[in-house]
Amino acid sequence: MNMIEVKNLTKQFDEVTAVDGVTFAVAKGEVFGLLGPNGAGKTTTIRMLCCLISKTSGEAQIAGYPIGSSADSLAIRKMIGLVTDNIGLYEELSAYENLDYYGKLYECPEGQRKERIEYYLKMMDLWEKRDQSISEYSKGMRQKVAIARALVHDPELLFFDEPTANLDPESARVVRDIILKLKKDGKTIFINTHNLDEAQRICDRIGILRTKLLAVNTPEQLETSTWGTSKTVFQLEQVNDQILEAVRKLNPRELGVEDNKIILVLANPLKQNPEVVQQIISAGGRIQYITQLNPGLEETYLKVIQETK
Amino acid sequence: MRLSKAWIVASKDFKTFRKKKSILYTIIYFELIVSIGLPFLTRFAASRNNKVPAASILPSLLDAFSFLYVIGAALAPLGIAAYSLVGEKVQKSLEPLLATPTTDEEILAGKSIAAFLPAIAATYIGALIFTVLMDLFTHSTLNYYYFPNSNFAIILFLLAPLACILSVGYNILVSSRVNDVRTSQQLGTLVLIPLGAVYLLSELKVFSLTTDNMLVIATALAVLDVIVFYLVKTTFRREEILTKWK
Repeated sequence: MNMIEVKNLTKQFDEVTAVDGVTFAVAKGEVFGLLGPNGAGKTTTIRMLCCLISKTSGEAQIAGYPIGSSADSLAIRKMIGLVTDNIGLYEELSAYENLDYYGKLYECPEGQRKERIEYYLKMMDLWEKRDQSISEYSKGMRQKVAIARALVHDPELLFFDEPTANLDPESARVVRDIILKLKKDGKTIFINTHNLDEAQRICDRIGILRTKLLAVNTPEQLETSTWGTSKTVFQLEQVNDQILEAVRKLNPRELGVEDNKIILVLANPLKQNPEVVQQIISAGGRIQYITQLNPGLEETYLKVIQETK
Repeated sequence: MRLSKAWIVASKDFKTFRKKKSILYTIIYFELIVSIGLPFLTRFAASRNNKVPAASILPSLLDAFSFLYVIGAALAPLGIAAYSLVGEKVQKSLEPLLATPTTDEEILAGKSIAAFLPAIAATYIGALIFTVLMDLFTHSTLNYYYFPNSNFAIILFLLAPLACILSVGYNILVSSRVNDVRTSQQLGTLVLIPLGAVYLLSELKVFSLTTDNMLVIATALAVLDVIVFYLVKTTFRREEILTKWK
C-alpha cells in the first residue's frame, strides 16, 4: 500500500514554476529522501503534501485522501507529523508545555497525551529537563523536541524538512539515529535533505528534484543507472597468467590489471564476485582484499544535476 | 469553526504572556494612570481650589475622562496582538502550527481572543476602580454619585469592545507585514488617531459626547470592525502566511 501517491504535481507562484509535473509514490514503512539544490522545490513539495499550500495542477493522495479539499486537508494533517526546517518552538514555554500544546491541537486525549509526551521525551533523553524553558536548550536539544512535537499524536507518516541542517555532527547523528528508530518502528518517512551521506544511510529510495523529478531509485540503483556497473578491485599477492585466464572464463565486461590488482567490470557483481574469488583461489592466487570502486551518491547526484543544467 | 480549538490557541498565548511580564505591563500602565491617577488628580485639584473643579464643570470633565476608556480599550491589546503574531513569526512557529489539524479561522479566533480578553478585562477592572474612586472624591462636590450613568455604560459596553476589536484586527493586519514586535506596536498605535481625534474635538466643544453622538461613533466603529474583519480574513490564509508574509 502506498502512503503517498503523487501524479504530475505542479506548483506555480505567479510566473515561477516551483514544482513541475512531479510523479512518485512512497510505500507504507518506506523512508523516501528528496535531494535537490536550494530552490529545487523540495519544501514546496512537502508543503503541498502537508496541505499547507495549494497545488496548481496534478494529483496527490496521502493514505488515500486527496490533497486539495479542506475537509480532507484536516484529515491529512491529523495523520501526519511535520518537522520543519526552522525548529519553531515557543521559547518562553518548557519542552513539556510545547508538546502539551501540540498534543491538544492534534486532539490527543489527555491520558494518551501525557503518556506519549513522557515516552518521547524519555526517548530523546530530555525527560529530566522537561520543565526547563526552551530558551535554555541547545540547538540539538531543540531539534529533538521539534521531532517529539511531530510525533506526539503518533502519526503514520512523518515529513522531515532538512532535519540535520545547522546541527553539529554529534547532534546530527542523534537525530539520524532517532529517524532510524522510527523507521524500525514502521513509520513512513519523507525527508528533504542536502546531506547525501545522511540520505544514503537512512533512505530506502531517493528522488533527485530540480523543479522536475530527475531520478527516483534506491541509492545503489541510482548509482548503477547513472554510471553503469561499478568496478571491483581484487588486490592479490601476485597476479599471473594462470589467474587471469581463470578470471576470463567468467566473461567479465572489462578486465584490467594494475600492479597486483585485477580490476573487473561484471554484469552482476553481487552474483559474480564470489565466483571470481573461487576462480582466483583455485588458480593458486592469494587475495589480500576486495574493494568496490563506487562513484558514490555525491558524484551521482552532481552528475544528474549537471546533466539538467 | 470549533471554539475549543481557538481556546487552545488563546490559552497558550495567555501562558506565554504570564511568563513574559513586559507584555502585561503594556496593558496595566494606561489603566493605572487613568483609573487611579485621574481620580486623585481631581481630588488634588478640588482641594487646592474651592471653585475648580466646581459642580458646574465637573460632569463634563468626568464625561471626558470616561471617553479615555475607549482609547484605553484600543491601546491595551497593542502589545499582546503584536507579540501574539509577530512573536510566532520571529520564533518561526507558524508553519508547525499551521500543519496541525486546525483551521485558519480557529487560529485567527484564538489569536484574537488572546488579545481581546485581557485588554477588555483590564479596561473593566480599571473602570470599576475609576468609578469607585471618582464617586468617592466627587460626591461632596456634586452631592450625588456621578457614576454609573448611561453614557458610561455605552462607553464600557459598546464603544470600548468595538474599539478593542478594531485594534485587535488592525494589529493583526500590521503584524502580517512587519518582522519585529516594536515596529508592529508603533504602527499599531495609528489606530488610536481617530479615537484621539474624537476626544480632542469633544474637548474643543466641536461636538459633545451625548448619547446620540456616541451611538453614531459606535456605528462607525462597527462598520470599521466589519471592514477590518474581512481584510484580516483575506490576509490570514495558510498559503498567504507561508509564502507572502514577510
